[in-house]
This record gives sequence, C-alpha cells and structure tokens, in this order.
Amino acid sequence: MLRIRNLKCFYGQIMAVKGISLSVKEGEIITLIGANGSGKSTLMEAVSGILPSWTGEILFEGKNLKGMDPPAVVKSGISLVPEGRLIFPPMSVHDNLILGAYTMLKKKAREEVRETMETVTDLFPILKERFEQPAGTLSGGEQQMLAIGRALMARPRLLLLDEPSMGLAPLIVEKIMGVLETLRSKGLTILIVEQNAQAALSVADRGYVFETGSVVLEGAADELLADKNVKRAYLGKDYEEFDDENR
Amino acid sequence: MIRIDTHIIACIVFAAAATAAGILIDNAYYLQVMIFIGINTLLALSLNMLMGYAGQISLGHAAFYGIGAYATAILSTTYNLSPWIALPVAIFAAVVIAYIVGIPTLRLTGYYLGMGTLGFGMIVSIIFREWYSVTGGASGFVGIPPLSIGNFVFDTDRSYFFLVWGVVLFFFIMCRRIIDSRVGRALRAIHDGEHAAAAVGVNTAKMKLSIFVLSAAMASLAGFLYAHQVYFISPGSFSFLASIRIVTMVVIGGMASIWGSLLGASLLTLLPEWLHTFADYEMMVYGLVLMLVMIFLPRGLTRGILDIYENSRKKDDR
Repeated sequence: MLRIRNLKCFYGQIMAVKGISLSVKEGEIITLIGANGSGKSTLMEAVSGILPSWTGEILFEGKNLKGMDPPAVVKSGISLVPEGRLIFPPMSVHDNLILGAYTMLKKKAREEVRETMETVTDLFPILKERFEQPAGTLSGGEQQMLAIGRALMARPRLLLLDEPSMGLAPLIVEKIMGVLETLRSKGLTILIVEQNAQAALSVADRGYVFETGSVVLEGAADELLADKNVKRAYLGKDYEEFDDENR
Repeated sequence: MIRIDTHIIACIVFAAAATAAGILIDNAYYLQVMIFIGINTLLALSLNMLMGYAGQISLGHAAFYGIGAYATAILSTTYNLSPWIALPVAIFAAVVIAYIVGIPTLRLTGYYLGMGTLGFGMIVSIIFREWYSVTGGASGFVGIPPLSIGNFVFDTDRSYFFLVWGVVLFFFIMCRRIIDSRVGRALRAIHDGEHAAAAVGVNTAKMKLSIFVLSAAMASLAGFLYAHQVYFISPGSFSFLASIRIVTMVVIGGMASIWGSLLGASLLTLLPEWLHTFADYEMMVYGLVLMLVMIFLPRGLTRGILDIYENSRKKDDR
C-alpha cells in the first residue's frame, strides 16, 4: 500500500533521514520506533506533504507522492494525526471534527460526512458528550482522541500517527492502542511513530527501529519486543537491570 | 443553529436601529459622524476577517482604502466617468494589487508579515503624495462628484447614511455567512495552527491569499464610499497612521468578532469628537482611554462586555 524507497529528507543542508526504505501492506499496523531525532517524525512529514524537501520515492497505492502538497495527500487517502495533537483549541469539538472533512465537503458529500461523524463519535463517545465545548478544555487523552477522530473524518485508507502516546497516562495509551486495533479490524492501514516502543509494538504487526536517520533493525513486532538491543535501548531497561536479567 | 438564529435577530435589531437613527437624527453633524462610523466599520470588518479570523496581521490596510478612494476620484473626476464604472475598477485594482502583493508577503508570518505589509502601505502612501500630476499630491484631490442613481443624487447626509449603513449591513450578513461556513472554519484553523490546518487538508496558502484579496476589496469599497462622501481626499487619510488606526479598531472592538468591528469603529470615530473639549490634552486622553480599555478588557469591547454580563449573572445565581 505504502512503499518508500531510499528516502532522504533535508532541512536545508542537514540530512535528517538518510536513505530509508520500508513498506506497509494493506491492513497492517506498522510502527516506527527510535529515540529523539532519529528521523521518524521527519518521515511522517515527508509522507504527508508538509516537508517537500526530500528525494527518493514514496509510493501510495502505486502513485508517487513527490511534489504533492498536504491537501492533495489528504485527498489521495492519507491522514496524519500530528505530533502534539495540534487540535484547534478555541474551536468546538464539532468544528474540529468537521474541519477533518474539509476536503470532502468541497465535493458536497454532506450525507457522507454526517455518516463519518457518526462512526467517529461511536468510536469515541466522549467526543459526543463534549461536542460543543472548546477543544482546548478537553483533557490530554480526549484531545488525542479528537485528533484521531479529526483525521478519520477525511475517510483515509492509511492513517499516520505521530507519537499518539505523548504525555498520556498508561491507561489512556492502552485505550488508544485498543482503538487503533479496532480500526485495523475494520480495514484501516496504520503507521505509528512512537517513543513508547512497548505500547506501539504490542499492537503492531511489524516494526522498524530508527537510529540517526537510518533503519537499524526491522522485523515482526513480537521479535522486536524480545530483541535484546531493542529492550536495552527502547524499552526503558537500563544496562544494570538488563545485565541482571541476563545473568 | 442557535448561534445563527441570534445573529439573524441581531441583524434585524441592528437594521431597525440604523433605520430609526437615519430617520430620527436631524442634526447634520451627527448624521455625518454616523456615516464615518459606517465607513470605519466596513474598514474594521475587512481587517477583522484577515486579522481576527485568519490571524494574518496587516499594517498596511489603509493602502487598499486609499486605492479605492483614489481610483474612483481619478476616474470620476479627471476622466469624467460615472462612479458606478469607477467602483468595479477601484475594487478590481485593489484585488489585483492584493493578489500580487499577497503571494510573496503572505509567506511571511508574525512580525515579518507585519513588516512586509507595513512597507507596502508606506510605498502606496508615498505614491499618493508624490505622483502629483495624477493624485494631486500632498494638497489633495478636490472636486469628487456625489453618487447618483438615475436622477436621485446622494448629496444629502441622510441619503448617504442609508447607503453606507445598507452596505455595512450587507457585509455583516455576508461575513457571518463566510465565518460559519467551511471556509470560515478553515480560516480559524489557520489562525490556530498552519501546520495542523494543512494536515487536515486546508490549502493554507490559497486560503490566506483569498481572504487577503477579499479584505482588500472591502477596504477599497470603504475608500470609494469615503471619497464620494467628503468630495476631497488627501494622502494623510491613507497613511501609516491610518493603517494603525484600523488595527486599533479591530483590537479594541474585539478580534474575530463581527460586532466588535462596529464597536471598535464607533469608539475610535467618536472618541476624537468627544475629546475636542480637552483641546491641547486631546491626544493624551485618547491614549489613556485606549490603554484603560486594553488593561481592563484585554479581549476587546465585545468579549469584555459579554464577560462582565456573564460574571454578573453568575453572581446573581449565587
């Protein structure tokens, strides 16, 4: 569904992603894990069209995304849940969601938008309760749900999530990961960037481990969860603990 | 839905109040002040769409106001054309100039956009002052004819009052419709975060340019109305200070508020008139009033008055 070949991303002279290749098959949940500054978010920005300065190939359903601006990418079926959620705080929950369907309302698909709105509020009933409240008054977890709901309003076939667990309590993270599994069971393909490798790998099929702009490891999620290096570097177990475990 | 209904009621009340004022006020001076309030409201509303809703500051808005005024002055006086031919030309000129200026300028953000539009405003104001053969230079442009439809001439203050406030009412309704539409949500989204707006599929560059052009067209119309009211225009009315005055109207009245434009324009038009009694101290008192409004009602008059009202209701409930 999504195939990336030899992707290099640039911020001016700096190369933040140094030739990455990866693929996402239809119906999969794929996660990209790695530390700060390893190029995961940059890759998301490149795919969603926010960062135009990249070389290589990003193919979505066989179509090259090179030169497409963010609205065109959204129209082609990819929605991004941005890092830090980036909801519109003074606007109501309803308006935030409707904005997600921005590219669809142009086609006068009112009925379709209404149906999608229902699906989204069924998925996150809390949003229905908070419908007319300014989005800024929601809790962190609710805001993340709103951001996901907003992205779903465009009826994407591929959902990109950039750090959905950021700043959230473990219970909420679990809940959100659960929702992602539900979405996958309905046929949505999902790509998650996470620092919380444990949470992401628990729902993902496969994962890629990033380090300073390159993929250093890839494999099935359970293999990565069990991998010694991943455990040491990304699952929050420090050397001593790690050594204890292996003694 | 409730919000739209209250807006319709507000518009009806407003139209009734304006009509009553137009019929009942007999004092030529007050009528004239009311006409200026109307023109300033249109100006403030035009900038509020750009600044209040879309979050793009413009420190050169008087330039478009001046382009409207000078375009109609030159065409209807120098070339003896009907003002009704001059009007579309004036608006078209503002639209084209806004489009050309907007493409590079709107790529800037924050202070830099402020500086960019400031520079543009200064250039236009210098052209008005220095292009003597066309604009009449610093001494101004004299002898602009009044507007007329058929045999009816808008040469009395009362007739012009209804013309101006009719236009204002039309734009109140139009702007509210834009704000409540898909486009309005996109504008507010750009205000809150351009990246996020782009991520949901808003073409931010195109949207910013469109609202800038609309805003310029409205300011140009205000300039047109101004020129045919005072019959005499000079570069001073469209200088940097005039731009700042429009920004002040928006901020004092209330950002992202259609009625705020009315309040802000009213206060900033009336204040200098009231303060004549202070003679030499006029500007000091003027500044003091603006400071007090900003200190005690930092979100502008509209929001501030609403807050006071809501707080007092809460106290009553207790």
